[in-house]
Amino acid sequence: MSQESAGPEAVPTPTAIASGPRARLSAAMERRLGGVNPGLLVALVVRFIGLSIFSPYFFASQNLLNIGRAMAIVGIASVGETIVIISGGFDLSVGSVMAASGMISAFLIGAGVPLPAAFAASIGVGIGVGLLNGAIIGYARINPLITTLATLSIVRGLSYVLSGGREIVVDNETWVNFGTDTFLFIPYIVLVLLATFLVAGLAMPRTLFGRYAYAIGSSARASRLAGVAVNRWRLAFYVSCAGLAAVAGLVAVSRIGYAQPSANAGIELDVITAVILGGASLNGGRGTILGTLVGIALIGVINNGLTLVGVPAYWQLVVKGSILLAAVVYDELRRARQDES
Amino acid sequence: MAALLQLEDVSKNFGPVVALRDVSLSIDEAEAVGLIGDNGAGKSTLVKILSGVYAPTSGRLRLDGQTVDFHSPLDARRSGIEMIYQDLALCNDLDVSANIFLGRELRRRFGLVSLLDRVGMAAETARILDELGISITPDREVGSLSGGERQMVAVARALQFQPRLLLMDEPTAALSAEKIRVLLALVDGLKNRGVSVLLISHRFTDILHVCDRIVVVRQGAIVGEVQPHAQPPEHTMALMHALMTGDRTPDA
Repeated sequence: MSQESAGPEAVPTPTAIASGPRARLSAAMERRLGGVNPGLLVALVVRFIGLSIFSPYFFASQNLLNIGRAMAIVGIASVGETIVIISGGFDLSVGSVMAASGMISAFLIGAGVPLPAAFAASIGVGIGVGLLNGAIIGYARINPLITTLATLSIVRGLSYVLSGGREIVVDNETWVNFGTDTFLFIPYIVLVLLATFLVAGLAMPRTLFGRYAYAIGSSARASRLAGVAVNRWRLAFYVSCAGLAAVAGLVAVSRIGYAQPSANAGIELDVITAVILGGASLNGGRGTILGTLVGIALIGVINNGLTLVGVPAYWQLVVKGSILLAAVVYDELRRARQDES
Repeated sequence: MAALLQLEDVSKNFGPVVALRDVSLSIDEAEAVGLIGDNGAGKSTLVKILSGVYAPTSGRLRLDGQTVDFHSPLDARRSGIEMIYQDLALCNDLDVSANIFLGRELRRRFGLVSLLDRVGMAAETARILDELGISITPDREVGSLSGGERQMVAVARALQFQPRLLLMDEPTAALSAEKIRVLLALVDGLKNRGVSVLLISHRFTDILHVCDRIVVVRQGAIVGEVQPHAQPPEHTMALMHALMTGDRTPDA
């Protein structure tokens, strides 16, 4: 029964791509929601109501805070991934960069380096990985999946090398308290998420950075012919993604109080699923930060709900993978229909 | 009228293959010239030399009488030669205004941050489209436009670079007969603004009426030139057909 409880209604159904007035209405709603597909919002509400009935714990404030903290970490990384996917790219290395970032700061602080310098080093390494990804994808024209699959492995490996595979307990009060403290009942971690979303959400439609992410994702060739320095902008997109992943990695450590080289392995599944559920297209040129925020909320509710309802962890992976597949197939069908008309 | 662009004895070889042989061609200011030839005749090589993609193996390009060397499409653009590709090279996910200003966005400074002037660009786009007699709203997504409308956006976009010569590669290929008429009216309007146009096509009937001259390319060489308005249309047709297929040498 586990599949049923998490399955069909969480996925936008084929009726949403029906032709005629309904499709037009759906498209109009979608525009108003800034690219978020309406089926997704409906799914979110249905999910929320469904789970609250199934579990008496769902609405408990402590549980909501837990969802918030866990999803904030995925969310910060998802903002960068959204930018890269809009620009027609892809980044699998976010989980590894998060782990490396946490390990580097934990290691440096353990060695007596002050917190700001340690954080700067972590984010600097994140930016370095972003530059490497962007340069190889842009200038050497290597497929982003292969490039970031390779850096995923390299960066993860180096995180293990740094501590000989051991976890590092963080004894810095400031850092650890950040993970548990709240401001007006809102965890700091969630505030970081909201700030990231606010800045990115405002910047994407209003800055050259955002405009070129959409333009390059829509047609790299047209952008190049228009005089856009495509490869240099690609560097900027991958750097934002890896930089934000580094920040997410630091936040993740603050939540649990220690850094481990195996941290956040597989988190790219949640990150990419959130971005795709949020309406971004794998073909590039489409997607919004607001959409990803909704995608994140949906993933959070699914993760948490599956646990509350008692779906075994192994099945959760099956369910989430299925949701990702359904979302990309839906996107492709929608695109095919648009091309016909 | 003064010659805007001249090709003098231009040849282009790709290894042992001779793509163009001693081509000489002159385009005047505010003149619409058709470039006609079957696929593989050398049209696209010629256009790529004009737009700076290829350098000629031998021969010269002159602009306003001065010899010019184009090392890249950017050089050609700086010299006032703008190219509209057959696929139009537009970003379908962006709106009309974003496409027209792509690469040259208007921005406004607010302290440290520089933001896109979206209102300004939309207003300017509306003005440009209006001036060209094109009724498309600036916030329409280009992917949702018809083939003809997309062509109009591409023309409007090219004009933003204030070209002196506009190269249009197979502009009529994806258009209905009615849309072709609209496009050709637009080309006529460009001539009136002093812009020269080179229309590249393999279907001369489409562009017959708008061109002052039609140059026929076959097997890498210019085999003749027809002035469509100098004789009755059916005579022009016969002449062009003869030139394209090489059935006989032209009487003219």
